Amino acid sequence: MDAMLTIEGLTATVDDKPVLKGIDLAVPAGEVHAIMGPNGSGKSTLGYVLAGREGYEVTGGRVTFRGQDLLAMEPEDRAAAGLFLAFQYPVELPGVGNANFLRQALNAIRRKRGEAELDAMQFLKLVRAKMKALGMTEEMLKRFVNVGFSGGEKKRNEILQMSVLEPAFCVLDETDSGLDIDALKIVADGVNALRSPERGMLVITHYQRLLTYIVPDRVHVLVGGRIVRSGGPELALELEEKGYGELQEAA
Amino acid sequence: MPAVAETIDTVRDVTEGSYKWGFETEVEQDIIPKGLDEDVIRLISAKKNEPEWLLEWRLKAFRAWQGMDEPRWAAVSHPPIDFQGLSYYAAPKQAKAPKSLDEVDPELLRTYEKLGIPLKEQERLAGVAVDAVFDSVSVATTFKDKLAEVGVIFCSFSEAVREHPELVRRYLGSVVPASDNFYAALNSAVFSDGSFVYIPRGVRCPMELSTYFRINARNTGQFERTLIIAEAGSYVSYLEGCTAPMRDENQLHAAVVELVALEEATIKYSTVQNWYPGDAEGRGGIYNFVTKRGACRGAKSKISWTQVETGSAITWKYPSCILQGEGSVGEFYSVAITNNRQQADTGTKMIHLGKDTRSTIVSKGISAGEGQNTYRGLVRIMPKADRARNFTQCDSLLIGDRCGAHTIPYIESRNPTAKVEHEATTSRIAEDQLFYCRQRGLSEEDAVGLIVNGFCREVLAELPMEFAVEAQKLLAISLEGSVG
Repeated sequence: MDAMLTIEGLTATVDDKPVLKGIDLAVPAGEVHAIMGPNGSGKSTLGYVLAGREGYEVTGGRVTFRGQDLLAMEPEDRAAAGLFLAFQYPVELPGVGNANFLRQALNAIRRKRGEAELDAMQFLKLVRAKMKALGMTEEMLKRFVNVGFSGGEKKRNEILQMSVLEPAFCVLDETDSGLDIDALKIVADGVNALRSPERGMLVITHYQRLLTYIVPDRVHVLVGGRIVRSGGPELALELEEKGYGELQEAA
Repeated sequence: MPAVAETIDTVRDVTEGSYKWGFETEVEQDIIPKGLDEDVIRLISAKKNEPEWLLEWRLKAFRAWQGMDEPRWAAVSHPPIDFQGLSYYAAPKQAKAPKSLDEVDPELLRTYEKLGIPLKEQERLAGVAVDAVFDSVSVATTFKDKLAEVGVIFCSFSEAVREHPELVRRYLGSVVPASDNFYAALNSAVFSDGSFVYIPRGVRCPMELSTYFRINARNTGQFERTLIIAEAGSYVSYLEGCTAPMRDENQLHAAVVELVALEEATIKYSTVQNWYPGDAEGRGGIYNFVTKRGACRGAKSKISWTQVETGSAITWKYPSCILQGEGSVGEFYSVAITNNRQQADTGTKMIHLGKDTRSTIVSKGISAGEGQNTYRGLVRIMPKADRARNFTQCDSLLIGDRCGAHTIPYIESRNPTAKVEHEATTSRIAEDQLFYCRQRGLSEEDAVGLIVNGFCREVLAELPMEFAVEAQKLLAISLEGSVG
């Protein structure tokens, strides 16, 4: 069976420096895969390349997402196709209301898919239900996108967007960074609630900590732009114990 | 907010960066020959059957103008204007002045319909009264009878001269003197028409008043005058809109607006300026050299200017408030966009004369392409203006790396009890903001529209609802092609 996301021989540069040096990875629908690795190994770059960020130059390889050539698509088309990136550092949009932003995004995606747009009332009903499930207060909807949000609030806002947009595939880029343990649990609960047989996930993290709460099906270790080891969830624990040192030497 | 959805719809509708108001209307025109001298002024005055005092007033202004130089201090550049190469009067030919809308040339009505100002329909449906000015003359004013019931006078300037000469004579030039500056003097000499508003004591004007200016004729300038008088305790909200055909040559628009607010009166004056901005290479477009000033004569009176400036090749405009009455309030909310080769030098003057006067300035400048955007503002606190207060906020947003934003605030305080605050920021639409929006499914243009609307939020919130939607659409259209 074809995986939902298949990455083959992917190489990419940032500022002309090679960062990804040949990634092969397949994530089937219904599975959560974790990418672990030390700083500078290319984890975030992989997320940005998948989402199509400018300045992240693909130099070789291919990525197939639900049967489509992902790398040929514009970022907004990748979003409409069902790819969602939860940002490590969610971006502030001054003056842009959080609810408005989310509705614009949802309707843009729905339009691209040929689905009917939601009016303000329908949207509000949807988003209220999602917020309740995530234990979030509605006050967050009235604020400007991520402006003045605490680290934890920003990450929860990402999870809210994810649960409203209902993407087929989620890439979570160091969603655990900057979170205390309580916030981490809330975010992990939100992510776990989105796990489903139809949805794939790629969880990028430096630490094993997050994977205690979001238990992955597979763990891949990224070092020096290559996946140097893959295994089950136990691999994360092993890394926590031994660190990346040995693997870095091997790479 | 449905308004932002509108913006997005508009961007989607318009696939090429086109100025959709750029069409020309085929009507028979009465145009006087090019050139400007005293005979031309006499001719304009005669065409309008003006009283002698008004002709004299024009001639005095003309003589003053002849001795004046074009202002050179603004941060704009353009080839010299040949003031003898223009025609100073153009009007659609009509057998006689139309008494009602039924007598107006259907071609003109169609023009306003195309511009989204259906004069006939408007009369029946919307709660907005419109004065439609086509080149040099007012072609129609709607809702006049209904307004007359509460004593509000809303008519063309020419009609006001005929029907209410005592009011015109008393207030004309009382805020912007005929010799105030080069363009105001020129306007005073040759102005052709415009709108006149009078709100009697204690009356809250029951609907929005609006003037829609349209330049159509070639090689003409448009010189209209607006005079609004709000008697004690009255309130009026007034809006002007403007468009022009696309032409390769530049056209001159030099208007004068005078506002008078008496005791506890409020005038809210909103502008959505959408003159043809010229093409991407900077060919054509309107030179918009406008003098707007309001006098808060009475205690606790208030004048609030809101402007959304998206059009014109060059904008030179400083809507100002003279805060004379004790406790009077002046406000200036502005969004100015310059894209491609557009230049804008705009801002305000707040002159504090009376005690406890307050002013607020919020200016949002957006530069894209090779656009140059200058905020130029003066806050002057005179010696008797005890406890005067001003707050100024100037924010600039840059899109791309070939445009410019400049902020030139002048602050003169001659009263130690005054408090003046100034804040300024300059920012760029960051790549990460665009990417964030696109990752959530928004197109690049929608993302820019969203970010720009967010940036202008405080100003757009000041516009009457119907026009806020229009303004948001314009912002998006004006910035088309500015990214990517």
